[in-house]
Amino acid sequence: MNRAWELLRGNATLTTGILLFLLISVMAITAPTISPNDPAEMNFEERLSPPSASFPLGTDQFGRCVFSRIVYGARTSLFIAIISTLIVVPAGIVVGMYAGYFSRFDAPLMRLTDILLAFPGIVLAIAIVGVVGPTPAGIILSFSIPGWAKYARLIRGSTLSLKNSGFVEAARALGASDTYILFHHILPNSYGPIIEIATLGLGSKIIAISGLGFLGLGIQPPTPELGAILKDGVVYLQTAPMMALSAGGMIMLFVLATNLIGSELRSIADPRSDTIEL
Amino acid sequence: MMCTIILNRLLQLIPVMVGISLITFAVISLSPGDPAEITLRATLGTESPPKEAVAKLHEEMGLDDPWHVSYLKWTSRVVQGDLGYSYQTKRSTIEEITHALPITFELAFLSMFFSAAVAIPLGITAALRQNGPVDHLCRLTSIISLSSPEFFVAIVFMLLGGVYLGILPVAGTGGIEYFILPALTLSVGLTAITMRIMRTSMIETLEQDYIRTARAKGLSYRKVIWRHALKNALLPVLIYMGTQLGWIFGGAVTIESIFALPGLGRLLVNSVSSMDIMVVQGCMLTFAVIIVLINLGVDLAHLYLDPSIRGQGE
Repeated sequence: MNRAWELLRGNATLTTGILLFLLISVMAITAPTISPNDPAEMNFEERLSPPSASFPLGTDQFGRCVFSRIVYGARTSLFIAIISTLIVVPAGIVVGMYAGYFSRFDAPLMRLTDILLAFPGIVLAIAIVGVVGPTPAGIILSFSIPGWAKYARLIRGSTLSLKNSGFVEAARALGASDTYILFHHILPNSYGPIIEIATLGLGSKIIAISGLGFLGLGIQPPTPELGAILKDGVVYLQTAPMMALSAGGMIMLFVLATNLIGSELRSIADPRSDTIEL
Repeated sequence: MMCTIILNRLLQLIPVMVGISLITFAVISLSPGDPAEITLRATLGTESPPKEAVAKLHEEMGLDDPWHVSYLKWTSRVVQGDLGYSYQTKRSTIEEITHALPITFELAFLSMFFSAAVAIPLGITAALRQNGPVDHLCRLTSIISLSSPEFFVAIVFMLLGGVYLGILPVAGTGGIEYFILPALTLSVGLTAITMRIMRTSMIETLEQDYIRTARAKGLSYRKVIWRHALKNALLPVLIYMGTQLGWIFGGAVTIESIFALPGLGRLLVNSVSSMDIMVVQGCMLTFAVIIVLINLGVDLAHLYLDPSIRGQGE
């Protein structure tokens, strides 16, 4: 815990990222409490009106409160992204560890990841959502099916390099079972890269969710969805720019927060490596 | 030696191809729609083909058989080039894809060109003047551009390019000017990371012993950079760009839809929206096969260009 504070105090970027993320998350989670209006309520007399006291970011083409829709949309996106990550990361870790540690599982499991990674993420996501339907569960499924492969590869790599190290040998000599070694020795040494990639992955999932919404293949209207609001907002860019700007801005801030956190975690873990991976 | 490596890689492709076909088959089996009916609508040219003909073709195609039989029949059709027909346009899937694919290729390569043209010089400059203004600016723009969803960037470019320049943002057919904005949009994410990699690679290369030797021999700084450092520093960058070519194809999906470029990505989106399952299957297969082949090509090129990594099997 103290180490965490030390990390934060010395690192403005990391702190900014975390604060930004917390701010947006709190907004998203408390959406029902903080939104001034019902996001589905249409007020045709007030269509496309500019920001005002009762509509902090104005209204959309149906007279719905943009601010309310944005925070509810953020809520849905955050929910889907977090659930997907919670499914995908542990699954990838387990597969990766077993592939790296037990060589007889390695080749077939890696073939499987090759196959899943052969499809661009969005292609599989679109296809699966097409089959199961554009619901939050469907989107979570479409991320989960290919999503674990990246983490599996990563953990396999670090397991491979760790499995022959001194402390593992020592633990084995002391009679530790393979499972114990995997979860108590190998896994804790990989926390760094895992957290970093998971953070960056969260951001890219948010982009993917909005991307699906933008293409009309994601969460369907009238449920508020950031990508869909952005798509509508582009049409009304002249008359009601707040729609597009706030939707796009919200997505960007979310992803900026996760990228700042992930990029700083990477710098901390390996100061020489200067790359940011998606 | 290289031959055995190439052969090895090609053999490893087989299970991957099988897996790709299984996934694609699973997706269209689970989707609504009757391939037999779609085929007859196209080949007979009628809106509602006779029921007996549909039933007969249905049976021939093995659509009601247990899934492994159905899969094998489907695979033999695919391998012979029969990917079915589009429900909407009644053209064959192959025809749709052969029209769409060159556009996506053109988009992808133009994007890579833009990325390289921007990232490489900037990365080198950032490396040579570390922590200078260029370096910090690059880092900042990297993070911002990586946080921007591609559709947002697309909108910004559309506004800038469409309003202030004569470059048309919409409508795909035509000369290269229709590809400029989409390619720029697509190149943003790649440029950001490539720039950092170029920088890191250049820094690491300049710290090598042979560079110090060259300087000790009396070569001027400029000669050292151009003749020795650059060649070696570029390799990881090129390999990285090669591996990201697959990612670019994925990004093309959204970009083509926004800019209405009739490429493979837009074909996929439209066919999923309208549940045109045979086109969906064609797109999925095409995307996957392209990416597998690209990755293979990059892998082999890497092995060829950097003999030091040979002998590192799986």
